[in-house]
Amino acid sequence: MTDIEPYDNHCLSQCGVESVTLAQIKELLDAEVIVGDDKLDLEIKTAFGADLMSDVLAFARSGCLLITGLSNPQSVRTAYALDIAAIIVCRGKALTDKFIDIAKELGIPILWTQYIMFEACGRLYREGITGCVREILVEDKTSAR
Amino acid sequence: MPGDEYLEGIFQVQGRDFVDAGIVSSEIKKKLKEKGIPESIIRKAAVVTFEAEINIISYAEQGTIQYYIEPDSITIEAKDVGAGIEDIELALQEGYSTADDSIRELGFGAGMGLANIKRFSDEFEISSVPREGTYVRSTIYLNGK
Repeated sequence: MTDIEPYDNHCLSQCGVESVTLAQIKELLDAEVIVGDDKLDLEIKTAFGADLMSDVLAFARSGCLLITGLSNPQSVRTAYALDIAAIIVCRGKALTDKFIDIAKELGIPILWTQYIMFEACGRLYREGITGCVREILVEDKTSAR
Repeated sequence: MPGDEYLEGIFQVQGRDFVDAGIVSSEIKKKLKEKGIPESIIRKAAVVTFEAEINIISYAEQGTIQYYIEPDSITIEAKDVGAGIEDIELALQEGYSTADDSIRELGFGAGMGLANIKRFSDEFEISSVPREGTYVRSTIYLNGK
């Protein structure tokens, strides 16, 4: 945990990008917009990737993008609980009508990509999207944020 | 423990009802938004409710989630009839879990639930009787502290 170079401005200064729109993310990930056609101008700066919703609930931040392979109602409800901007469903996971209906009801945009999570994350990171938190420090596990 | 005059809503939660897991969290969040509660406070309440709901669905036959709004705090109270907890200290440890596959498929069951409830609570109380049930109370201060 020592000598980590300053992170927050590192990629932004290198990439010269401050935020990426959902429309751009759709292109970057060859994604299909399942829900939220009207929200493609939403600007995204950060993301969190996980299949474990308890970790998302613990560590993700409002306004970030959630990249997940979990395409059930609970991932949408998790996103809603935290005011997550949009969900990228990766690995081409099958989507149920119930999942789509709840996303519409709760107003969470859903993009669907066949890229695996690593590939999706890499493509977004290269464009300047950074983690909504960089690392989970041991002390974070015992203290509320 | 808030007085009954502050009770805002009661939700029944059915054990093993995996499909609707998270719906109480979404519903309470909607209500709190209507009341103009600050978003950061609502997020905490939504996370606490989500994890409490998952716990009831996973380990209890049935339960209730009640929420109270006092002038300076929100309280979420979860009561269930079910398996209860043998060792509360152990159950509070991150990573300790007795979850089965049906819970893990939802994106939960990794031993983060109670730790997450505690993480986002300003006051936290838990008691349990094995093979009878569990009581969890979480209070979140409206002004941060």
